[in-house]
Amino acid sequence: MSETKKFMYINRRPPYGTVYPLEGLEVVLIGAAFEQDVCMAFISDGVFQLKQGQDTIESGMKNFSPTYRALGDYEVTRIYVERESLEERGLTEADLMPLTWEDEDDDWAEKPSIQIVSRTQLSDLLEEQDVVFNF
Amino acid sequence: MKLAVMVNEGPYTHQASDTAYNFIVAALAAGHEIFRVFFYHDGVNNGTRLSTPPQDDRHIVNRWSELSKAHDLDLVVCVAAAQRRGIVDPDEAKRNGKDSDNIAPGFRISGLGQLIEAGIQADRLLVFGD
Repeated sequence: MSETKKFMYINRRPPYGTVYPLEGLEVVLIGAAFEQDVCMAFISDGVFQLKQGQDTIESGMKNFSPTYRALGDYEVTRIYVERESLEERGLTEADLMPLTWEDEDDDWAEKPSIQIVSRTQLSDLLEEQDVVFNF
Repeated sequence: MKLAVMVNEGPYTHQASDTAYNFIVAALAAGHEIFRVFFYHDGVNNGTRLSTPPQDDRHIVNRWSELSKAHDLDLVVCVAAAQRRGIVDPDEAKRNGKDSDNIAPGFRISGLGQLIEAGIQADRLLVFGD
């Protein structure tokens, strides 16, 4: 398969109320093997998926948040977080896990994966995509 | 047009499976090609042959099986989602030490790569769910 398409994975739900975020992340990780042009977007309550210090012990749910830190190793290097969604929930970028990737074209420099974008910017990005999943 | 379809919700609880089915029937009638139907999340529950709805209601599982047979549709159930929810084919039953299988005719169990491939190969990927 030589064709490359633009894939966007949109995450819009909180991490543990349903299985969609966990199973959505599984699609991203498997999809990484196909070497497409991949990005992720976190909007609405989906921004809670990236929050630092998640603790699920009391709820008995599997804490899968460490998996987001592996995304850089899967060459998922563009993670868009919607600014308005953060603000509406009283969050800032400092509340999020510091996700990074290593740029092999820049002496493996560690670079941030998360980009805070406005609703309008995200709308433009969405317009560019060939395949959109939302979880 | 070459279309791929993703079904993310189970039968009866949610309309997604009905809408996807109706869409595919209409698309085929209009001459479009269905590259693959991929069942994910609770959508995998569309693939159990043990479903027994009341007789005065539609039989969603059988309807998928019949459509698959009539149009040679590729109905793929995600293996990871299926394992969580107890959708099992003979190979999976053997591998995981289960005493039976329940996969409906026309469905097959495979990996998420089949979904990504469908996204790449098809002109459009249509997602039915919440």
